[in-house]
Amino acid sequence: MAIFDYAPAPESRDLARLKPHYGIFIDGAFRDGTGEAIKTINPATEEPLAEVAEAGVSDVDDAVRAARRAYDNVWGSMPGRERAKYLYRIARAIQERGRELAVLESLDNGKPIKESRDTDIPLAAAHFFYYAGWADKLGYAGFGPNPQPLGVAGQVIPWNFPLLMAAWKIAPALAAGNTVVLKPAETTPLTALVLAEIIAECDLPPGVVNILAGGPEVGQALTEHPGIDKVAFTGSTEVGKAIQRALAGTGRRLSLELGGKAANIIFEDAPIDQAVEGIVNGIFFNQGHVCCAGSRLLVQESIADEVLPALQRRLGTLRMGDPLDKNTDIGAINSAVQLARIRELADSGDDEGASRWTAPCDIPDRGFWFPPTIFTGVSQANRIAREEIFGPVLSVLTFRTPSEAVEKANNTPYGLSAGIWSEKGSRILWTAQRLRAGVVWANTFNRFDPASPFGGYKESGFGREGGRHGLEAYLAY
Amino acid sequence: MTVRKTYKLYIGGAFPRSESGRVYPVTSSSGDLLAQAAQASRKDVRDAVVAARGAFAGWSGATAYNRGQVIYRIAEMLEGRRDQFAAEVAAAEGLGTAAAEGIVDASVDRLVWYAGWTDKYAQITGGANPVSGPYINYSVPEPSGVIGVLAPQQSSLLGLISVVAPVIAMGNTCVVVSSFARPLPAISLAEALGTSDLPGGVVNVLSGSAAELAPWLAAHRDVNGIDITGAAPEGRANLLRSASDTVKRTYSPAGGRADGPGEEDWATEPALRRMAAFVETKTVWHPLGI
Repeated sequence: MAIFDYAPAPESRDLARLKPHYGIFIDGAFRDGTGEAIKTINPATEEPLAEVAEAGVSDVDDAVRAARRAYDNVWGSMPGRERAKYLYRIARAIQERGRELAVLESLDNGKPIKESRDTDIPLAAAHFFYYAGWADKLGYAGFGPNPQPLGVAGQVIPWNFPLLMAAWKIAPALAAGNTVVLKPAETTPLTALVLAEIIAECDLPPGVVNILAGGPEVGQALTEHPGIDKVAFTGSTEVGKAIQRALAGTGRRLSLELGGKAANIIFEDAPIDQAVEGIVNGIFFNQGHVCCAGSRLLVQESIADEVLPALQRRLGTLRMGDPLDKNTDIGAINSAVQLARIRELADSGDDEGASRWTAPCDIPDRGFWFPPTIFTGVSQANRIAREEIFGPVLSVLTFRTPSEAVEKANNTPYGLSAGIWSEKGSRILWTAQRLRAGVVWANTFNRFDPASPFGGYKESGFGREGGRHGLEAYLAY
Repeated sequence: MTVRKTYKLYIGGAFPRSESGRVYPVTSSSGDLLAQAAQASRKDVRDAVVAARGAFAGWSGATAYNRGQVIYRIAEMLEGRRDQFAAEVAAAEGLGTAAAEGIVDASVDRLVWYAGWTDKYAQITGGANPVSGPYINYSVPEPSGVIGVLAPQQSSLLGLISVVAPVIAMGNTCVVVSSFARPLPAISLAEALGTSDLPGGVVNVLSGSAAELAPWLAAHRDVNGIDITGAAPEGRANLLRSASDTVKRTYSPAGGRADGPGEEDWATEPALRRMAAFVETKTVWHPLGI
């Protein structure tokens, strides 16, 4: 059928240097956890990749104690210029092992290698490099002449950008002089544990960074631990609310980066071809496992008949399959649990009267897959227009006037991100000003940078990660 | 015969009585009856939130220069009624005339200080971000929305202004629960607000019990943030728990701990913290190209 066929171009799995067993990292050393070890699997094949030790509650205690000792004895009082050098060293080491980390990330997470290679890993290194430079300049960051670290930070991250989220959490915390206990997601612990290895090789003093694999109960033990001073959480709004509730009245600091249901607004004067690329990137990047995904397409009524066929044509060219293949556009859904959730929400779209269109993709026999899907005829009241699906499912709504677009875009308890497509500068800025969202991409989507603050309005959380703003969450002033 | 004032609520730019019909006696520090103040109810809270939400688009959309002038105008109104406010503060807080006048002067100064911040805060906290790519990228602070403010229980005017001014300077609108025992300066301030070009609904003042009203504010789904300064220390944690159901932004003395110190010293120059508590950072990207 296709005019051009692609020959498979798989990256070698051996580059990942998979080990049969991974421990937890406390006080500068790897060890077995007191929890039950789990097998982490490749979501593209359902084959086990490695056995990973899980932390138990007593390990959390040990890690917090180690972090406290490191804070009191070494890190909290170390001159900023010395802390900076450790962070630069980590940034360089991530770059050096970038190919290994990219392959490992794609194996454990299911994301296409071109994304882990070109986005996740380089951005993780850049984040350390960026915050390294802040470590000895905190007095210039706008939080008073002599801002102080908070102490020990407990950090819990999701499975959608495993190494990148670890970098987003660890780099600003360390730059500001805090020590950390980090828990990666249960389904994607491997790159964080290699980061622990890198950190050990960089001779970071023991206890400054502690990394514990584990499930929700380990996360809860960490976020509610009385020995920590600050909690940083990225994940679902539901869990974020529970953490905010648990921390009420404790005096411990909190920053939350939660869910989203972003509107991607296409005005009738938009460059259609670019907008279609932006829509695809907005919702199908990383299989839609993105809290800031452009999951609600708001297209102006006058061009809906032009945009939708163009979008469908473009989706027909996406290649779904082996995440390690450099040609792959759409990788695997991260877990069976997530696949079930996506299916359930997509089915609710059928039940509530929306029309489903599925991209013509061959679905591999094994693994967790969900082809790019578009729902048209969606009402604002439908679950697929209100709830975060966290998968490759786009809900299409239309609008007639810019005011209606803004009203519909803001009609959600979330407020993480939004997109605007138009050739008219004043309309873009007018719209950007009115969108209640923390990140607004105009004529682009899903761009990230260590210098750019990221975070939400309303129930998408509070606090920012990235840029000067990202230091605020880790400083007392 | 003097004509006595009826102290009422301030909601949406009007001065209604409490819909509940309730009043409560307000006495001076020496025990003399000063007035029967309106005692706001849950329904008054809801009405005030509706008024604050209605005023939000206009106030947050006003230019920073305009907001600065309006807040400066409040200072002018306060200065013009200096004797009245001094007398009310003296009666409420049991101060001599000179001390009470000092409080009013400091209150005027506080308003002037925040008036000047409206068009400067964005310049010191926002700006261009040097991203690695062909994009222009900038961050700006924006108001969080409708904020519930529990005014301090002791400092009836200076403390009140110190918690309200930062909230509205940033473009938020608010529902303020005044000091329970010392509400009269708050109601008189509302009258000054009513003649200050401040659009109705930007500040709504409810006299009454924070213990009774605050839980409704903390749980309200259309309130974006809450400052619990005036809550009793033992009530802080519950309010913060309730606020978590809608991921509210919160400002709490002593981080919300019940064992924190008492009311802060309102005479010292404030930090940026109260403004920072109720702003969001918006970051906008646009590609460069020809």
